[in-house]
Amino acid sequence: MSKAKGKPLPDDVKGYSQVRLDVDLTTGKIEKSTLSNEFCRDWIGGYGFGAKILFDELKSGVDPLSPDNILVYAQGPFPTTILPTSSKYGLFAKSPLTGMFGMSISSGSVGAQARRAGINAIVFKGKVPELSYFVVDDDDYYLVPCEKMLKGKGTFETEDLLREEFQDQRLAVMSIGPAGERMSRMGCITNDRNRQAGRTGMGAVMGSKNLKAVCFRGTKGIKVAHPVEFYKIAKKLIKVANGPATAKYRDQGTPAGLTSYNKLGMMPTFNHREGTWDKITNGAFTGDTLNEDWVVKKVACSQCSIACDHLARVPKNHPDWPNLIASVDIELLYGFGTACGNADWPTVFKCINLCDNLGIDAISGGVTAAMACDLYTDGLITKEDLGFELPFGSTTNLVRFTEEMILGKGFAGEIFGHGTRVAGEKLEEMGKKGASSYAMHIKGLEMPAFDLHGMSSFAVGESVSIRGACHLRNGAYGLDAKGTFDRFGYDKPLERGKAIKKLEDVYGIIDSFIICKFTRGIYENDAEIAKVYELVTGLPMDEALLLERGDAIVTLSKCFNIREGWTRADDHPPERFFKMAHTKGPAKGVTLKEDGYQQLLSGYYEARGWYKETGIPTDETLKKLGMDFVIGKLKPAPAKKGGKK
Amino acid sequence: MSKAATKKRGGKMHQFIIVDPNLCTGCETCESVCSFVHDGEFNPINTRIHRVRIEPVFNIALACQKCEDAPCVRSCPEKALEKDEETGSIIVDNDKCNGCAFCIRACDFGVLSLHIESQKALICDLCENMKEEYIDEESGIKEPQCILVCPKEAISLKNVEQIGEETRIEAVKRLFGDILQEYES
Repeated sequence: MSKAKGKPLPDDVKGYSQVRLDVDLTTGKIEKSTLSNEFCRDWIGGYGFGAKILFDELKSGVDPLSPDNILVYAQGPFPTTILPTSSKYGLFAKSPLTGMFGMSISSGSVGAQARRAGINAIVFKGKVPELSYFVVDDDDYYLVPCEKMLKGKGTFETEDLLREEFQDQRLAVMSIGPAGERMSRMGCITNDRNRQAGRTGMGAVMGSKNLKAVCFRGTKGIKVAHPVEFYKIAKKLIKVANGPATAKYRDQGTPAGLTSYNKLGMMPTFNHREGTWDKITNGAFTGDTLNEDWVVKKVACSQCSIACDHLARVPKNHPDWPNLIASVDIELLYGFGTACGNADWPTVFKCINLCDNLGIDAISGGVTAAMACDLYTDGLITKEDLGFELPFGSTTNLVRFTEEMILGKGFAGEIFGHGTRVAGEKLEEMGKKGASSYAMHIKGLEMPAFDLHGMSSFAVGESVSIRGACHLRNGAYGLDAKGTFDRFGYDKPLERGKAIKKLEDVYGIIDSFIICKFTRGIYENDAEIAKVYELVTGLPMDEALLLERGDAIVTLSKCFNIREGWTRADDHPPERFFKMAHTKGPAKGVTLKEDGYQQLLSGYYEARGWYKETGIPTDETLKKLGMDFVIGKLKPAPAKKGGKK
Repeated sequence: MSKAATKKRGGKMHQFIIVDPNLCTGCETCESVCSFVHDGEFNPINTRIHRVRIEPVFNIALACQKCEDAPCVRSCPEKALEKDEETGSIIVDNDKCNGCAFCIRACDFGVLSLHIESQKALICDLCENMKEEYIDEESGIKEPQCILVCPKEAISLKNVEQIGEETRIEAVKRLFGDILQEYES
């Protein structure tokens, strides 16, 4: 029984607007309903709401790109308050990349504007007959056909045109580019120009529904339950959020990690063949160089004290892209930089800019480009195939490849336009044996900027992530980077499992609140996080209940995956980490060991209260989390076309 | 901020909120807190300080410049606006203001607006009219809350003499940096 039982549930809840919209895109019918106080308390917000709605309302086995899929927009109780990094929103659907639970979180001004319009969640079903955008303008909700105005337009121009149309420069716009329209499985959603809900192909799902954009604006004020106390604690948190706890995100930004992970042999280079690079060691491709030579401005999302968005500029005398601006972080410097062996900054910036504007996830895009460079270098694809050369270290040809990949043009678009897994499958079908082993993904989602050769704990942390390869579901890379456990060994499986679970439960809450993981360190402890929730919502909350709900949210999204046909074999890193060792650096000669990995994986399942052998939650665990409604519903539907392979 | 720094000089008080665009990140916290301390709810549409973002890189926030011969005061057909000689702020008489918005049209900086519910003019009052319960315990006085919460310390309250002098000192440092360096310890 959940710890929530027995806690008083007040009648008046603040923070949440509790408004849910159901938009049937096929018929145009829009319904408004109320999220109950209990639902808000038990599922917290963004991630929790997405997991609960998808588990309850999406039939298993549907084609993610068919009208049967549903797309959930959800946010927590904080947007528009001055709580640091509160203006975040999430999108949830069955993912076309993974065939499993899809989720992607973004920031900017969307969460705040949606909240002021009075929205807590929107559930989009079906498909609009003609390309359209959806408007939430306070209590007016409507669809506008936009074939002529917006078809084929990039996200930057779409946002500009819609703001012009509304004569409102503060209009919040989530939109897809031509890649989302053509349903590239890597399709992302861009808002406020530089913020993306990038991962797991939520832009493709929008495209499959003929939904080009969603616009929000509102004029309603937000009251909190305990304003005087909240104001005091918020002022303190704003100060702390600008102190040492977040310095690494503010100053150099995440690219500082290029140097620190390079030192540990954890910085993936050359499509994860190596974990170090001389271009980082010699200072050519580092956070220092980026900031000194290229960054012109740091910009913040609404209500963010950190301002991590590092905007880099190509100089105005550059022959190809004068004055081009790109929003840069380590993931993208990895994708189009270190993973492709490309240290030419302007071409990295151009590739990032293309992804954000034309609308694919720049992590998936970069890793897919790195796969192509790797295949080219080994001769599995050729100049004759591509029409140009593409060895590691390509610069302008990398830009050409990236544009074709995004737009689905030529060989690059045909083979690589839907990410690494599909590319591997297509090449194997063409008789290119072993091509899939170049695809660096887990469950179909391309890997983030960590090389797992010498990271035995994070090999598990990243593999168990419910949305596929991801560093943000539990952040367990810290266990390896900080030396909490032996990163080359496989001892203490249960302890490691417990450590990963603890992080994952907290991250489950952070993604439901939704606040930014960069502010994790500004709270004194988890009890203070619970206190802030209580002050805003008026719902009684403590650390134990909060962590239980984090556990429940992670478990429920896992149950979604099980229903879609997930098995233990899906929680596994790519073969490269087991078979191909680094030739230099701190992890030289090291590979992951299958036996050891499997032991650690079992330790994680055990720590979660899931069956050690199968990774399926026990009935006892489900009951303890107040999830009796799941019991008996974990049988996968027969696989259909477009579902999980 | 000490009282001495914003003293009334020569019988005139001309001080106002200024924001450094080099420091401003466009986070909108100033707007949210402005509405909160005046109305008890977060609603940046009722702010008296306004963030402006010109894509892709420029961010700043603007508030009332406290013009000496203020066009908003002159333009008000209801004589609802008046300059407070003590603080330099433009005070709105809500009984007289009829929401005609002529002041908004008159302002050269676009820093006036109408409250979304009451439709009365909103002008930066340096938090003179903020709610008592949100006064900072440490300072114990009503003071501009946007300055207190700005994460980047981009916002400050300055009088005109100060702004000129600070700019002059910066200019001299630029122009005569070599000479100044010789005397640095």
